[in-house]
Amino acid sequence: MYTQALNTAETDDRGLEDAGKAAQFQARIDAEERIEPNDWMPAAYRKTLTRQISQHAHSEIVGMLPEGNWITRAPTLRRKAALLAKVQDECGHGLYLYAAAETLGSSREELVDAMLAGKAKYSSIFNYPTLTWADIGTIGWLVDGAAIMNQIPLCRCSYGPYARAMIRVCKEESFHQRQGYEIMVTLCRGSDEQKAMAQDALNRWWWPVLMMFGPPDSTSQHSDTSTKWKIKRFSNDELRQKFVDATVPQAQYLGLSIPDPGMIQDADGHWRYSEIDWTEFKQVLAGNGPCNRDRMAARRKAHEEGAWVREAAAAYAAKRAQRQTAQAAE
Amino acid sequence: MATPNTPLWEVFIRSRNGLAHKHVGSLHANDATMALQAARDIYTRRGEGLSIWVVPSTAITASDPAEKGMMFEPAESKIYRHPTFYEVPEEVGHM
Repeated sequence: MYTQALNTAETDDRGLEDAGKAAQFQARIDAEERIEPNDWMPAAYRKTLTRQISQHAHSEIVGMLPEGNWITRAPTLRRKAALLAKVQDECGHGLYLYAAAETLGSSREELVDAMLAGKAKYSSIFNYPTLTWADIGTIGWLVDGAAIMNQIPLCRCSYGPYARAMIRVCKEESFHQRQGYEIMVTLCRGSDEQKAMAQDALNRWWWPVLMMFGPPDSTSQHSDTSTKWKIKRFSNDELRQKFVDATVPQAQYLGLSIPDPGMIQDADGHWRYSEIDWTEFKQVLAGNGPCNRDRMAARRKAHEEGAWVREAAAAYAAKRAQRQTAQAAE
Repeated sequence: MATPNTPLWEVFIRSRNGLAHKHVGSLHANDATMALQAARDIYTRRGEGLSIWVVPSTAITASDPAEKGMMFEPAESKIYRHPTFYEVPEEVGHM
């Protein structure tokens, strides 16, 4: 899971900062050195990364909701165990990412509170519902497939803690995509109804998945700064094209058709897709997707209902610490 | 109301017998017992380790990256500390 759609860099306020330090910083980036938490960095670099990594973390956590919806209704024990493991992984990914974001100076509590208050965004893809079991297959195959496309270059991101978190995430993500595709293969080899279910899921997810890569290069702002800082190594359109080229043959193998009648393969072998409906993307990002309210309500409810656990753990730790201090004083 | 902050721990995992514990990341927990359990759940879901250490992040003293030049220069300039600095006649063979 990931959040490229939201990845926009802060304007570089270089004029206000020590020009010498800024030049030295850029030289380190150009030399492919990794920037570590205690190193000097421009304020805009810190802000951009805090936002990008925390939104990535929020996406992992919110991403558990659409899939969690099917854990109790998975068709077999094997599928249920796999889905449960996948959702646990998403939680783990969220935690690695919060830890990476925290190294930039914000606490996890602040980051989580910003999300619950609706001030921080998460990937728009999780605002779509999972209506049938085929949606679980499609999410693994396409949503996680798109995530892998985006996250592999992030393993070489200039910020050390983010790059290291991405390496762990990428190792685990491959299982997610394969288990999703296996579900699709099974459905497509099944009854007519099962195959129709697979096609229906592909129809509903295809365009939102293409939107995951973010606005087209012609309209996206600030990506120059992210590229200069080596946070971003490929443009939105480059990654989207890579994804489409990799996915079309996989759909053909399944015997499913991509819901884009205008799609053609060009002379270089690239699959050219039709115009994407960016109004829908903007609407979902603005909070008007099919599930935005549900997702936020579910996160807030979980946070509130877990409050007593956090309080009890803190109280117990405080009591034990106090007892130890008292014993030491005796 | 802001949620009170939970302490941060650094996690080290030893993967196989004979290898050293290696830093793998960090996590939040209220005490050492919960930190160990969380480390098991977050960092060893696929048999990554045989032993876990958790250390409160506040207990770590780190070198200052701004002083890394001065800190590590002595090692940079002492090439005679490396075996390749010394010449051994070819007839002697591998040493």
